[in-house]
Amino acid sequence: MERVIKDKIFKGFVILFAFITISPIIMIIYKLVIKGYRQININFFMQNAPDTYEAMIALNAGKIIPGGILNGITGTLFMVIIASTIAIPIGLLIGVFLYENKNKFYANIVRDITDILQGVPSIVLGLIAYFWVVKSITNGFSALAGSVALAIMMMPLIIRSTEETLKMIPETIKEAGFALGVPYHKIILRILIPTSFSGLLTGSLLAISRIIGETAPLMLTALGSSIVNLNIEKPTSAVPLLIWEFYNDPNMVDLVWSSSLFLMGFVLFLNILSKSLNGECRM
Amino acid sequence: MKDLIIKIENPVLDIKNLSISYNKGKYAVTNVNAGVKKNSVTAIMGPSGCGKSTLLRAINRMHELYPNIEVKGKIFLNNNDIFLMSSIEIRRKIGMVFQRPNPFPTMSIYDNVIAGYKLNGIRLKKNKKDEIVEKSLKDVVLWNEVKNSLKKKGTFLSGGQQQRLCIARALAFKPDVILLDEPTSALDPIATKKVEQLLIKLKENYTILLVTHNMSQAARMSDYSMFMYLGELVEYGKTKKLFINPVDKRTEEYLTGKFS
Amino acid sequence: MSEKITKIILFIASFIIVIISAGMVLSLMSGAAPAFKEFGFKFIISTEWNPTEGKEQYGALQFIAGTIITSIIAIIICLPLAFSTSLFIGEYFRGTKLAKIIGTMVDMLAGIPSIVYGLWGFYVLRPLIVDLGFNAQGFGIITAGIILAIMIIPYATSISTEIIKMVSNELKEAAYSLGATQKDVIMAVVIPEARSGIFTSYILAFGRAIGETMAVTMLIGNTNIIPKSIFDTGNTMASVIANQFGEADGLKLSSLIAIGLILFVITGLINGLGKIMIKQFN
Ligand SMILES: Nc1ncnc2c1ncn2[C@@H]1O[C@H](COP(=O)(O)OP(=O)(O)O)[C@@H](O)[C@H]1O
Ligand SMILES: [Mg+2]
Repeated sequence: MERVIKDKIFKGFVILFAFITISPIIMIIYKLVIKGYRQININFFMQNAPDTYEAMIALNAGKIIPGGILNGITGTLFMVIIASTIAIPIGLLIGVFLYENKNKFYANIVRDITDILQGVPSIVLGLIAYFWVVKSITNGFSALAGSVALAIMMMPLIIRSTEETLKMIPETIKEAGFALGVPYHKIILRILIPTSFSGLLTGSLLAISRIIGETAPLMLTALGSSIVNLNIEKPTSAVPLLIWEFYNDPNMVDLVWSSSLFLMGFVLFLNILSKSLNGECRM
Repeated sequence: MKDLIIKIENPVLDIKNLSISYNKGKYAVTNVNAGVKKNSVTAIMGPSGCGKSTLLRAINRMHELYPNIEVKGKIFLNNNDIFLMSSIEIRRKIGMVFQRPNPFPTMSIYDNVIAGYKLNGIRLKKNKKDEIVEKSLKDVVLWNEVKNSLKKKGTFLSGGQQQRLCIARALAFKPDVILLDEPTSALDPIATKKVEQLLIKLKENYTILLVTHNMSQAARMSDYSMFMYLGELVEYGKTKKLFINPVDKRTEEYLTGKFS
Repeated sequence: MSEKITKIILFIASFIIVIISAGMVLSLMSGAAPAFKEFGFKFIISTEWNPTEGKEQYGALQFIAGTIITSIIAIIICLPLAFSTSLFIGEYFRGTKLAKIIGTMVDMLAGIPSIVYGLWGFYVLRPLIVDLGFNAQGFGIITAGIILAIMIIPYATSISTEIIKMVSNELKEAAYSLGATQKDVIMAVVIPEARSGIFTSYILAFGRAIGETMAVTMLIGNTNIIPKSIFDTGNTMASVIANQFGEADGLKLSSLIAIGLILFVITGLINGLGKIMIKQFN
């Protein structure tokens, strides 16, 4: 029957297209692993990125390019820690505020603003951090500027995940606290936040995994550095910034694969970690 | 023992040794044998969870929507094995009405009635369509109520009207048998009465198989009644006889309200 | 007493996000002011981009065009793929292990950093475009559009899947009971029911595509012209900022910020629209 055949063909296309959709992830992981794994050794984590001259000598001698991405890893961690220190507490408080004020007019506005902020392209946040920090506070590219850009990116994610997590707590738990005469701030600190702790942790880890691969805003703010820098007022490298430098330098272009493999592995690791945490709390 | 299950001569539907399990080994319907009389209303009763819906859904092969279900036995429609026909064909010959009225919310009343034709990709001339819509809506006594709002969405109607619309939708294909799974359980008493009267009228042209957990409904309107318990067809006979003089102890207990 | 203090603290926190947003708008506007003062409305409709000192002239139309064209290409490519994938996960293989695996892989696509997409596009996709003879270098609108499509697929897919799963089983059964095939059910019940939700998911995905920076910057060819065909090179608003920010000051810097402001407004409008539609849908 013709209709039955059409039905089969349609299903065939759906399956085909679904497999086309996921094929890039397989191709990307394959490419990164095949081209990048050889470069990843102990030095990769212990040494700074080489300069173009060192790389050229190694290239000409047919050797593996020396050095690692220590300056990038430390820079990324440094900025992520600062950004989290800014964004997580504020985001948590705002999330609690939204949860407590549900559908009040002002809370709805705050929620709308949060959603719009979440959609702002990261490059625009880079511009903002450039104005607010590079131009006004540190008078030059700095780790702080990069962290501020990342913090503004993280904040809406933390706010919404906090609100969603708190919504899942049964109202009775809160009421039980009130019934015992527990003061309001203690209900938040001792009941709401601990009860939803794993959910909040998941939200934070996911937010971090989102910002960790960001490149564009850091180009406008942290700029990059050839050495490990832990001074918030100084320019700082980051793994994605290093990838960008390698990509633009013909002598070092071979290094893009290992650093990309590392970056993507780290992002996926955070993703899986956060999801498995969440899975545990639901069970 | 032969008194327990009535033998129907020349049945429209003939169910033979039918067993159905959702999970391997656990049977929701066990070894049912029954014929269904043409142009009659046959009620299927029994406490909730006894397998009424499962049995009914197998008759137009709706069970095939569940992946792990297993069916043993045979069902014949006018002596043709339904499992040898295509499911599309069988579902056109055996219509179904569900517990909750479910008109397609994105379609107008008009389109809901001829949804079967649309879904099956059958193109009809405008006047042929009009004819089918009018006939089907008249059959379910809905025509006068909706003839001026055929372009409106079916979901604007009251619950009872929606259910009659769903019956019209099932009638549009002129099926041999109509299966109804507790069609009035979501309706108020007045709407229920209208649907019941409608079904009694419809048996002139159709064969009706009605699942109900409401004994008095079965008593009021059916010609034949089946009583199921724990997946088993315990007793099946003329409704009057079954209600006045049940043979099996379990039927009697059910009818006197000992469980349910 | 403690209750009052807690409430005040929460309120102050909430006000921070209001200040950040208002501050962003103000900063972008004050940064963009010199460019708008110099060129006025012409900034938006002119395609002149001339940084030569003394003859400085800046217009953003080619970047706005580049952004919209790449994003439309992305959405066109994304549409059948994301839709099929949502049907795969939410309808055909719903609840199975296979659906879960595919779903996880789609989520993984969302986790890949933009710069990695850029690299993959440069080393794998671009040579393919060259081989196919579309374009000698392989850079351009089409290359950027394809990569963007892959990047936004997870967003469109995850929302559409949720919405397809929400379509009531009763309606699907009603259609099956009338003899519909699964394809008929999808066409006549699932799509009409889920239509507005699926449409919303594409709006939000479009909003994503508009702001993507790194991958596009690496693949679009970075020329300041209005593309005449999809095989031409070009620039998007985001890519021109990323590309030219380093060497910019004065009027040029202000023009880049003005482009940032336009980008901010456009994405804000699109996301706002998406949000309103989602609200209506719930
Ligand atoms: N989709 C399903 N999957 C697994 N078991 C089911 C399913 N539907 C019904 N059952 C089981 O089959 C038995 C009969 O159910 P059903 O036919 O719905 O009963 P009734 O319609 O008489 O209330 C019940 O034990 C029920 O739990
Ligand atoms: Mg039932």
